[in-house]
Amino acid sequence: MKKRRRSRDLILLGASLLPGVGHIALGKRSRGVRLLVYSILMVLLVFWRWEKFLSVFQNKSIGDWVAALFLIISLAACVAFSVWDVNRLLSGTVKKAQEKSPFQLARRRFKENRLAIISLYVIVIMYIIGILAPLLASHDPSAIDDVLETRYQSPSREHPFGTDEFGRDLLSRSLYGARVSLSVGLLAVLIAVSFGTIYGSVSGYFGGIVDNVLMRLVDVIIAFPTFYLLLMLVGIFEASVFFLILILGFTSWTGTARFIRGELLSLKEQQFTEAARAIGLPSRLIISRHLIPNAMSPVLVSAALMVGAMIGAEAGLSFLGIGIRPPTPSWGNMLSQGKDALLVAWWVAFIPGALLAMTILSFNLLADGLRDALDPKALMRRYI
Amino acid sequence: MLLKVENLSSYFFLDEGVLKAVDDVSFYMDEEETVALVGESGCGKTIAALSLINLIPSPGRVVQGRIFFNGEDLLSVSAEKLRKVRGGKIGMIFQEPGVALNPVFTIGHQIVEVLQLHRGLEKHRAEAEAVRLLAATGIPEPEKRVKAYPFELSGGMQQRALIAIAISSNPRLLIADEPTTALDVTIQKEIVDLLRHLQKLYKMAILLITHDMGVVAEMATRVMVMYTGKIIEEASKEELFEEPKHPYTKGLLRSIPRLGAGHKEPLRGIPGAVPDFLSLPSGCTFHPRCEYSEGFCFKKFPPLKDITYTRKCACYKHYRI
Repeated sequence: MKKRRRSRDLILLGASLLPGVGHIALGKRSRGVRLLVYSILMVLLVFWRWEKFLSVFQNKSIGDWVAALFLIISLAACVAFSVWDVNRLLSGTVKKAQEKSPFQLARRRFKENRLAIISLYVIVIMYIIGILAPLLASHDPSAIDDVLETRYQSPSREHPFGTDEFGRDLLSRSLYGARVSLSVGLLAVLIAVSFGTIYGSVSGYFGGIVDNVLMRLVDVIIAFPTFYLLLMLVGIFEASVFFLILILGFTSWTGTARFIRGELLSLKEQQFTEAARAIGLPSRLIISRHLIPNAMSPVLVSAALMVGAMIGAEAGLSFLGIGIRPPTPSWGNMLSQGKDALLVAWWVAFIPGALLAMTILSFNLLADGLRDALDPKALMRRYI
Repeated sequence: MLLKVENLSSYFFLDEGVLKAVDDVSFYMDEEETVALVGESGCGKTIAALSLINLIPSPGRVVQGRIFFNGEDLLSVSAEKLRKVRGGKIGMIFQEPGVALNPVFTIGHQIVEVLQLHRGLEKHRAEAEAVRLLAATGIPEPEKRVKAYPFELSGGMQQRALIAIAISSNPRLLIADEPTTALDVTIQKEIVDLLRHLQKLYKMAILLITHDMGVVAEMATRVMVMYTGKIIEEASKEELFEEPKHPYTKGLLRSIPRLGAGHKEPLRGIPGAVPDFLSLPSGCTFHPRCEYSEGFCFKKFPPLKDITYTRKCACYKHYRI
């Protein structure tokens, strides 16, 4: 009996080398299907773009390398996770989860929110597509050949999204544009939230004169119009993706900083802070280990909202011609190119516009879902 | 001598004036001794205890005095060293265990944090030690409770967890700030027994801050009575309960309800209320509430004097009581 069980386990483990099969056999269907579908898609992509995949490694473009490495690593991770998880399930160390930690409870509430889950999927798929753009794109996004022949072609089999005024394939440009727009959004928010959190917590925790000086500085930055600051900086330096991320990040941290400061002002008066001091924890650790985690969930919500706003901001700047410069595609500058041909070729503006709207909407719905999951009281208020 | 406090004063600098929460207080503590600091709410007990590890909330601060702990003056050591003393050599437990624990982390996490900080244990060893400590404080199923969040535990359990955190670094002195006030009576008894047990086990001294004379009777070896920021009487527990020398102490003891005292004897408290710290009465601050006050009582605060070899009292009229 025992021996039979062992051999069954081994077969299952072996089967889960094909990610997800083991899970499906064990009755974890949704997780298994997800793993399986992702891996199959990735393998298909490699075979479909085999030439391109090989050529990447002679290439010098960082984006291409990232795409290829991401593909390989994510596949390997799928296999590893599948085997590890099946092994864990088989050895029975996973107890029937008593969902009780605040994080687990929030996750359960989040899963019940269908809209939020769908938008999470949309966002994740968008990011994967953005990263894999070099492998997915069928055309070079900035290749111009025989403009008069190929310009403003309506969507067709050869060009599913049509072509723009220079005859460039819009599908390929949208894919590359996704990479730019999405990474600007995410990285700028990462900068803004981490810097704002550190800044605000120092200000709120130490209080007094430190707080006064730091917050007056914030007031100065808030008073300064971001848009003109951007215009000025773009005038001085050359606008690049990296630069735009820095600017957007470092002009939008003030909200987070003020919020965190307010939270810490109240948290530091609570007795667990006194208790943390009484056990001799240094201020640095009291802030980072005890106070920030207590203030984090609203920050998470506003971060999700901010990503959407940042993507919008980048698009707006690029639309005005002070963000990402053509020929590097971003959804914003594609939109800007399309506006001139709206009557001749609607798809040139429509496609990036639709992608933008969908992404920003997804981030807003995700933020909504996060807020409801992290703060059940807010959900209740909404229903009352 | 483990702890010797000399002329400690902690003032709060408010807009309305200077609030002398602790005013020229001196006392000592021996190893493995339990000293109770008693008095009505708002008489400066907690601030006196917090002054020992320099944790008074602003705008308060220690303005003078010396605190010798193991022969070192805690008020003049570096901030870094003081941090090591806090939680290392001096542990502290609080009145409201529910708010003294961080709500977003498990009990185990919070114990492990102290173990890593003060004893430099590796993670997995600290985790094992956390289970052991919880078991030592009498929490049932400690393996399960280390993964519990504070809100999942009852008040008594929370206090035990807090005690586990306080003793985790094997302190020489445990400051217990009203450890039983927020708990109901049966749990109070259990916590008192636990503290006594741990005191023997870990050979630590306890500075017990309380207004509950029952807890004092159970635990203390010596008692210090505080009133308006000053120590007004100090005696061994037996002497104090049998023969209070200060009219305030007498009033405190008289105001304990007693079972079987009969209906004839009404429960008598101390007339009046604790005076406002910012406008203290002249002379002995207790004189408006004192039935013995006369003459010199209105002019000058009586010094804390030895009245026998073992006890001190700050009252001009103690011989009459």
